[in-house]
Amino acid sequence: MSYQIIVCGSLVPDPLQTLEPVTGPQGPALKNEMMLPSWLDPWAGHALYEAARLAGQHAGSKVWLVSLGPKAKLQQVMMTVAQKVPFELVALDGSAGGFTDASETAAALAEAILAIPGLDLTKLLLFGGWESASRGAGATLQIVGERLGITDQFQGVDSLTLEADGSLRILERVEGGKHQVSVCSAPPAVLGWATGSLPEPRNNPQVGMANMRGIMPALQKAKPSPVSTGDITFTSVTLPTQTRTTQVIKDASPEQIAADIVAWIKGG
Amino acid sequence: MAATDTLPSLQTLPSDQLRALQWRFADRYDLAMIVQSVRPIARGPVARLVAQGGRNTHEWTAEKNALLAIYDESGITAAFLNPEFGGFIEGPKNLALALVAFELSWVDAGAATCSLASNLGVAPIHERGTAEQVAHYMPLVSPPGPGDSREATRVAFALTEPIPFVGVETGLLSGKMRIVEWEDGKEPMLHIDKRGRFITNMDFANVVTAAVDSADPRIKGSCIVILEKTDPGSWDAGVPTRKMVHQLSSTCDPVFNLKVPASRIVGGYTVKDGVIIPNFSHGEIIEAVFRRTRVTVGLMTSSKLLSAIEPIIRYQRSRFRGGETGTPGSPRYDLGLQTKQDVLHRLIDVWATGEAGAALGFETARLFDRLDPLDREKDRLFAEQGISGRGVLKAFARIQQDAIDCVTLQRQPEAGRDQARLDLLESNPLVQYAILDAQANVFCPACKLWNTGYGATVMREAVSLMGGYGITEDCPGFLPHKWMDAQLEATYEGPEAVQRRQLSVTMTSGLFLAQFEGWITDLEALQAPGSGACITASAMRLWLWSLRHLQNATDVHGAKLYQSNRQGVTFPLTDALCWLMASRQQILDTVELGRSGAADPSVADELPGTLAFFMDLCQVQAARAAGETARICSELVLGYLAKPAVACACCADAAPGVDATALQAFSGHRARLDACLYGFRLAKDRAANALTSVMIPEALDYPV
Repeated sequence: MSYQIIVCGSLVPDPLQTLEPVTGPQGPALKNEMMLPSWLDPWAGHALYEAARLAGQHAGSKVWLVSLGPKAKLQQVMMTVAQKVPFELVALDGSAGGFTDASETAAALAEAILAIPGLDLTKLLLFGGWESASRGAGATLQIVGERLGITDQFQGVDSLTLEADGSLRILERVEGGKHQVSVCSAPPAVLGWATGSLPEPRNNPQVGMANMRGIMPALQKAKPSPVSTGDITFTSVTLPTQTRTTQVIKDASPEQIAADIVAWIKGG
Repeated sequence: MAATDTLPSLQTLPSDQLRALQWRFADRYDLAMIVQSVRPIARGPVARLVAQGGRNTHEWTAEKNALLAIYDESGITAAFLNPEFGGFIEGPKNLALALVAFELSWVDAGAATCSLASNLGVAPIHERGTAEQVAHYMPLVSPPGPGDSREATRVAFALTEPIPFVGVETGLLSGKMRIVEWEDGKEPMLHIDKRGRFITNMDFANVVTAAVDSADPRIKGSCIVILEKTDPGSWDAGVPTRKMVHQLSSTCDPVFNLKVPASRIVGGYTVKDGVIIPNFSHGEIIEAVFRRTRVTVGLMTSSKLLSAIEPIIRYQRSRFRGGETGTPGSPRYDLGLQTKQDVLHRLIDVWATGEAGAALGFETARLFDRLDPLDREKDRLFAEQGISGRGVLKAFARIQQDAIDCVTLQRQPEAGRDQARLDLLESNPLVQYAILDAQANVFCPACKLWNTGYGATVMREAVSLMGGYGITEDCPGFLPHKWMDAQLEATYEGPEAVQRRQLSVTMTSGLFLAQFEGWITDLEALQAPGSGACITASAMRLWLWSLRHLQNATDVHGAKLYQSNRQGVTFPLTDALCWLMASRQQILDTVELGRSGAADPSVADELPGTLAFFMDLCQVQAARAAGETARICSELVLGYLAKPAVACACCADAAPGVDATALQAFSGHRARLDACLYGFRLAKDRAANALTSVMIPEALDYPV
């Protein structure tokens, strides 16, 4: 059986950059946000790589990446992402900031997905990240699914196995480092990926050149999607506090490292 | 320091898109992708290996060897190849390879050399190989893909030889070829006896392109010959060279004693009166090869300088943190050493030099991209007309005047010029080739000489800005390695003296000087206040006047000043020209950034501040270039005259044998140049001030 795998994902600022919350004309933002280098949101990245693996295993399958972000920044990010795995881009030109209203974003994404020619819900697997490296609302993907009428939804997915009978065996993260096993009889389904199990593919310019032939036109015709913060009012925005206590120790054993971490957690 | 509150200021370090606009490849997604493909390799496995001490051995270790497969997988190896041979970039690839070298050298130039040496090895075949040689070897160089079980073909280029000839004269070869078999109607078999020195890639190469000379009356002259590891005879990769630089590249002293068919002579041969005459001498081939690969070497050093900016800023700001004085929020805590103007000014010098070098290097790479198709067309046309050897030189001597006419006509007002003749000249590929070739003959050695030579000096300054940290292995950004590596870059593929020697000839070409005069006019007409264009233009006028004066002047003893063996005159003039070329290109790139950036919404937030900062850097560099030019020109114009009774230039007309009119003209150029320097030091203050507020990442994106 072939699948139509649609991955929703956008860009986030490079986490190595200095991320300083400021209040802009449209609400909260990051200082110099448009100047900072961006990456594909890592959770969306996991979803994309899993989608490509699945498509590679099932002849006739195809992967789309539906992405809402500033067109120019999307183009920059595609210079890397396009080299990872084969996919077709559906671009929406709008804000990718972490403070947009999840329902507005989801509405724009759902509309773009429904406009994909030849969309067949019986073959559709809707992928995305269950989280985001920006301020993840944790709701966007679910709302997209609802708008598409897909009620079989799974979050925190680490594994998807397509069984011989066409059913989907899915492992979702639950408490205590365990997985909940679900079986879904058939597509369509929404899968919000945790980390999956695949490494980030190396850049391959050959793949990139093939992808870019479609990506550049997609960016050219990216539809303006002016998503905003909606009715949400942010009273304050701060970065998560962090403390870095760095020790450089070479050749420590795993047991010693584990003991050090336990001691640190206990405040020792 | 100067107040800059009302002016746009540098907010962040330049983005990739801004660089693409500035270096003029924003419309080339293939190049943007190769940058993104190479960067994680440089800042990932390459950086990790350096951080783990991978450079601390001359041997070619398994860890170093593992990088080759990574280069293959990421497209670095195939970047040189045309798509029909497994590559992915259409057309000329000088800019692409320049970007690859730039990205790798940001972390380690040995890695860049390792990847580029394969290109150097195969370049003789690419540039001058027969159709059969190209069809056979180029696909082999393409890395094996999934399911392809063949062994990767890796190539080395063997030119330099052991002492006494090493580094002395590339025209002299002790590597020899003789005919060992030549049966009627069959391919002659050659015996190759070649010892190499400082040969890159030998630890893993299985194909070598080697320069050899004839030791047989039945072979005329020299050539480049292709050797394969499986050829009958002895293939000894040799011992590793005990170099202290570029340790992520393999360098050995190999010995070859092999029997190969004459069809391995690169470019083929003809037989005349029972004598094999190679179609290309080794000199002709290495000229075609090196003039391209030297550009990437120049860019390696510029990349190091620009890579040093972020770690130095971070070091400066954090210098006093953790001490008893300086609490969070205090200038001492937040800015650290950046409260001191000197370290800021010196860092601006580093940054400005890196920008100028990168501008010069990338323009040279783009120039070769423009030149390459014309080069092929020139070869085709000459072959069609049966012109070869010295005939080519004669043909170009005839074309020279047409080319000068073309350049001259292009600068005349459209209303009064002979448009029909200009159209004719502009449509003549040989004329257009001659124009660009005259530029390339100056740009290439200028880039190699200035970027690496002066770059190495400034790299020392960068290291010094790290204090004692700068000479430890723990120094972020691997700056001490980069300092040492820069010295190699100034030496290999033609040391500084070779570049100066070439420049001293090519910069006096009438066709080049006709273009140079036009560049001065263009700079003077450039509507870019604050860019330093008037400074550089005035310095260029001073240089041009001095060159022409010195070409005809004699010293106090009546000896001609500008002559081949008088390197005390010719070489400093080449140095001055390099400063000017780099400054001019930096200004042009910055102006281009302002123009194209204004139309690109993705840099809308970043552009005003970065552009203002880059303009200030241009002024700083222009003033420095002008100072060097003025010093050199004064030394040369005045320094060979008799000392006047009153020792100042304005009174020199009192001295015997001095051309007072000439000196007045010279003084006029000096005075004009001095007048252009008003305010440039304020630009340096502004730029220095910007360093105190520019936002940098939390951490370096590669390990230490």
